[in-house]
Amino acid sequence: MSRVRHVGVFEREASLLGAIAESRERGLEIIDAYSPYPIHGIDELIGIRRSRLTLVCFFGGVVGLCLGLGFQYWTSAMDWPINVGGKPFDSLPAFVPVGFELTVLIGGLSTAFALAVRSRLWPGKRSRAIEGVTDDRFALVIARADASLASAELGALLERHGALRVWREVEE
Amino acid sequence: MDTEASIHVAEPPLLGGNKTCAEVTRDVAAPLEGKPTGMWWVAFLAAVTVLALGVWSVWYQIATGIGTWGLNRTVGWGFDITNFVFWVGIGHAGTLISAVLLLFRQKWRTSINRSAEAMTIFAVICAGLYPVIHMGRPWLAYWVFPYPNFRGPLWVNWRSALLWDVFAIGTYFTISLVFWYVGLVPDLATLRDRARGLRKKVLGFFSLGWDGSARTWSRYEMACVLLASLATPLVVSVHSVVSTDFATSVVPGWHTTVLPPYFVIGAVFSGFAMVLMLMLIARRVMRFEHYITWGHIHAMCKILVFTGSIVGLAYATELFVAWYSGSPYEQFAFANRIFGPVGWSYAIMVLCNVVAPQLLWSRKVRNSIGWIFTITVLVNVGMWFERFVIIATSLQRDYLPSAWSGYAPTLVEIGALAGGFGLFFTLFLLFCRFLPMLSMFELKTVVRGETGHAPHAESEERRVA
Repeated sequence: MSRVRHVGVFEREASLLGAIAESRERGLEIIDAYSPYPIHGIDELIGIRRSRLTLVCFFGGVVGLCLGLGFQYWTSAMDWPINVGGKPFDSLPAFVPVGFELTVLIGGLSTAFALAVRSRLWPGKRSRAIEGVTDDRFALVIARADASLASAELGALLERHGALRVWREVEE
Repeated sequence: MDTEASIHVAEPPLLGGNKTCAEVTRDVAAPLEGKPTGMWWVAFLAAVTVLALGVWSVWYQIATGIGTWGLNRTVGWGFDITNFVFWVGIGHAGTLISAVLLLFRQKWRTSINRSAEAMTIFAVICAGLYPVIHMGRPWLAYWVFPYPNFRGPLWVNWRSALLWDVFAIGTYFTISLVFWYVGLVPDLATLRDRARGLRKKVLGFFSLGWDGSARTWSRYEMACVLLASLATPLVVSVHSVVSTDFATSVVPGWHTTVLPPYFVIGAVFSGFAMVLMLMLIARRVMRFEHYITWGHIHAMCKILVFTGSIVGLAYATELFVAWYSGSPYEQFAFANRIFGPVGWSYAIMVLCNVVAPQLLWSRKVRNSIGWIFTITVLVNVGMWFERFVIIATSLQRDYLPSAWSGYAPTLVEIGALAGGFGLFFTLFLLFCRFLPMLSMFELKTVVRGETGHAPHAESEERRVA
């Protein structure tokens, strides 16, 4: 089913937030908002769920820790135990620094990787950024959730909140 | 809106010049889009010349042998490891500014975090080179990694602090690079949307198709906080691990428990001095006076006084513990540092690190760019000598007087020291030329609150509505 998306470009953050608030009130679907910097509090306004990257980071860290300690134990106590200065083969306290570093390394890399995957960012991806949103403009993309509002009214709503430009896009 | 929210505390602005978002983009992008200035070329050619000198010294040493250095059987670590510890330390301020100040929501960091992070990466590159050169056979450097091999497989010795270094520095470099790159992506997108032709293509490739979507921003901010939370303990661990290279040995003057915190605070101290020095140059050369204001300079001066005082306390603690230990070897090690053949280096260390930053208590000194710049240079000199004092003088005279010896660097070693600075400044100048020195998107969050571009109260009301 094709859907008509209405795009409005604003000059001010406050106008964008105003337009979002009204769209919500009217039960419109807010597809996305674009801004040159992160706007705090916009998540709740649009209804973005709290990111679960924290979990990715935590489990990445746990994997790193287990891998680090496990590998050190396996190489020094199982695969080829070597007596170094009479210390025990399984010298756990000495394994802590490398275990910690691998926790941070794998935790951090998996977080960055998950960010890229979830946000569909990859090197060489063609940008479809709306003109100006990486500089000083704000944009809002809305659509009708149901037939309660005529298509023309969506454009009017955006303009009422001070949109500089308003246009429609037909989604495949 | 409740009454609490309406209490308004006037704070001095973080930025000067009443900038708008568009002006931030324009000002930060200007040096990247125009032709390099004459001053940039002079600085760049000077840096490359010094780098070339370093490359020659290292080449000569590798081709001829480690005997081209002044090291001997007693003093096995000299300039090489001093330079290593020095550069790792320089890197720490970048992580501290970008990660710790992010977690503490210190907004003033936005003007300096990008270049401080870049500095971290370049400093760690410089640091990593010295142990590799010091190996004598750098083409076998991969032996430090535990990889399957035909010698057993014979694994690395996980109980060695030197191996911990490999993992600590490797992780530190990787995480710093990722953090820096993640921070750059939105700004690369801003530049991409201004550029044309090949430049647009290259920036488009590296900006990952960034489009400023609120959903992406939400995840992005979470990722930044997570990376900062990881980098904060990491930065503490890195210099602690470096200090265990010394602290886990039995050499008097090295074998102390105070070494890890001593090294970490020294690293932060020297790093902040380096950041401040670079910022003072950058704001002049790049005309960033409105972005790097006196507020920033004073904040950094405060950190210098604070960390410098802790460094002073660490020196005093070290002396006290040496005396209190009752160990004649420990006591001798410190007497030798202060009154021994290279006692002058101890004096330089104390004068530059403990005395010089205290001058910043004076209003006249901290309001003078010349004075602050001099102090930052002195701190860098002092912190280099601190590492030299710890490393070279402790080794010179330990338990066995018949093994005592002296140490003097050769020209080749001095060349390698200079080369590190050449490499650092070459990389830093290239960074200034090709990447945004200030974090545009973060500056815009500051601008937003200050110019009334989008007043807080208004958006607050909207949110309530």
